[in-house]
Amino acid sequence: MNWDIIFGVSLESLFNTTMIAYALAAIGLNVHFGYTGLLNFGQSAFLGVAAYGLAMTVATFGAPFWLGIVIGLAGAVVLALLLGIPTLRLRADYLAIVTIAAAEIVRLLFRSVSLSEWTGGSDGLQSFSDDFYKLNPYSSPLKIGIVDFDPRELWVMTIGWALIGISLLIVFLAMRSPWGRVIKAIREDEDAVRSLGKNVVSYKMQSLILGGVLGSLGGFIFALSRAAVQPDTYGTEFTFYMYTIVILGGAARVFGPVVGSMIFWFLLAFINAVLPAAITQGYIPTWLMTPTQAGAVGYILVGAGLVLLLIYRPQGIFGDRKEVMLDGR
Amino acid sequence: MADETTVAPGVARMREALKDVPHEPGAPKPDPILVADKVVRRFGGLTAVSVDHVEIPRGGITALIGPNGAGKTTFFNLLTGFDKPDEGDWTFNGKPLAGVPAHKVANQGMVRTFQLTKALSRLKVIDNMRLGGTGQRGEKFWQSLIPALWRGQEKEITERADDLLARFKLDAKREDFAGSLSGGQRKLLEMARALMVQPDMVMLDEPMAGVNPALTQSLLGHVKDLREDGMTVLFVEHDMDMVRDISDWVIVMAQGKVIAEGTPDTVMADPRVIDAYLGAHHDGTEHDPDVVAALEAEGETADE
Repeated sequence: MNWDIIFGVSLESLFNTTMIAYALAAIGLNVHFGYTGLLNFGQSAFLGVAAYGLAMTVATFGAPFWLGIVIGLAGAVVLALLLGIPTLRLRADYLAIVTIAAAEIVRLLFRSVSLSEWTGGSDGLQSFSDDFYKLNPYSSPLKIGIVDFDPRELWVMTIGWALIGISLLIVFLAMRSPWGRVIKAIREDEDAVRSLGKNVVSYKMQSLILGGVLGSLGGFIFALSRAAVQPDTYGTEFTFYMYTIVILGGAARVFGPVVGSMIFWFLLAFINAVLPAAITQGYIPTWLMTPTQAGAVGYILVGAGLVLLLIYRPQGIFGDRKEVMLDGR
Repeated sequence: MADETTVAPGVARMREALKDVPHEPGAPKPDPILVADKVVRRFGGLTAVSVDHVEIPRGGITALIGPNGAGKTTFFNLLTGFDKPDEGDWTFNGKPLAGVPAHKVANQGMVRTFQLTKALSRLKVIDNMRLGGTGQRGEKFWQSLIPALWRGQEKEITERADDLLARFKLDAKREDFAGSLSGGQRKLLEMARALMVQPDMVMLDEPMAGVNPALTQSLLGHVKDLREDGMTVLFVEHDMDMVRDISDWVIVMAQGKVIAEGTPDTVMADPRVIDAYLGAHHDGTEHDPDVVAALEAEGETADE
């Protein structure tokens, strides 16, 4: 077995663009779910709206790249308002129902035949990222031992890590402030917060917008790293991976989503590299698993891992067990 | 109850203020802080609240009593903006308050507590308290990102919170999660937190429910202190001894209506009140101490 490649791929996924996109999405989801207690099951829609906002502005309408970014961000804000206005006055579970449905509506709109003139239908859109890559200062790949990144990926990673830094700083500053105190109090009991004179609906809306905008940054990174958008990448399983990442890292912890995303993608990349290799070398008999099935097994193991995590360490990597045990409502 | 030699100034003030008020439903008070007119709330075919006219005297402790299902808590929810009436108006400090959302009611100086205590479990006790501070600059999103804008105000609020925690003997618990407090301590915390809003009027929904007898006296003392500080208190309570002990005025509700008003002694001797309570758990005048102890023990376990 070629351990250099197996470990090389795994180590790369600790820092690569996929991990960054999921980390940014999970930072946003952590604001919703971890801090505010909003059950948003449609985070993928925020990424999709941002990615398509960028791609359609540039590829379909030929507008400049920076305008695409602005429209992508504005799209995330509008989506938050559309989701929030009808549901934030209602009980928390309604938001879960509406967001999961809205995410599917958004995805189906992107892939619908009647809109394919603008969205590219199920094929999606390409050639919107040229202006972005023109700014690429890297000309040679980065090789450190067994880890290897090409110049394009390095450029997306640079921007991505900068965005992670900015996002974490915003979350850190906001959550240790009186604003964050109100947000966390809403997670505990919104009627109590209301009785103390805070406009709970307004705070929940602010949280929905903040988390949605932070998530939309992940949408940009995801689209730019692939230089393409495709509707089916923004499905519900995207959101469920984000939940896995948030819980893995520890909900309501500033660094939780980033560390969660790193561990999630490291393990997945490692399993996906080691299983096919083990099968071809004959360490795993083919009656148990063929190389084509190995990919699915990776996700089965991730699911089993999440179950074990929730049973034995519900607070995640960074969480405080005492705090989780108090959740006896 | 309060013996004549040691009447607190607040009690004497309220006795004087209420001495000419007739003991009848809807009686006008010399200086009401809250005046409600024709407040109706229906749930389907059931009229839960139908209050014709009621005035709450300023600066006193008013008890709202009545058998189960009388509409006390519903009336409370309406007054504090947690529920919307089908009809009716009320004014607080002279300002109309019907249809005003709950958080604005609180900002106008009317703060409530809840029958089932709402301590914010995964926040520290001190953060529970700080949350009560009103007009905080740091609670605005963009300003929250720049600590220099709110640090001074935060310090002021923390000092006030620490004073109140000391007064309610919760200062030792300052850094603990509120979820680790006992039922009685949570009631104390909720009351202290309400005071952080600096209200004119405090609405307590069953402040003694599920509190062990040792803490009851301390809670009663705190409620009495509010009156000495010039605050108005309206509370819902089932415990008649407590009502008799601390209230200046008693309003009795039954089947959604105000059926009697007066000082504790006259109300409890009122045949309408005794009628309203007949068939309920007790007659509203005497408690068997063993039964009370058993009920309180039950309340404690139910609260855990």
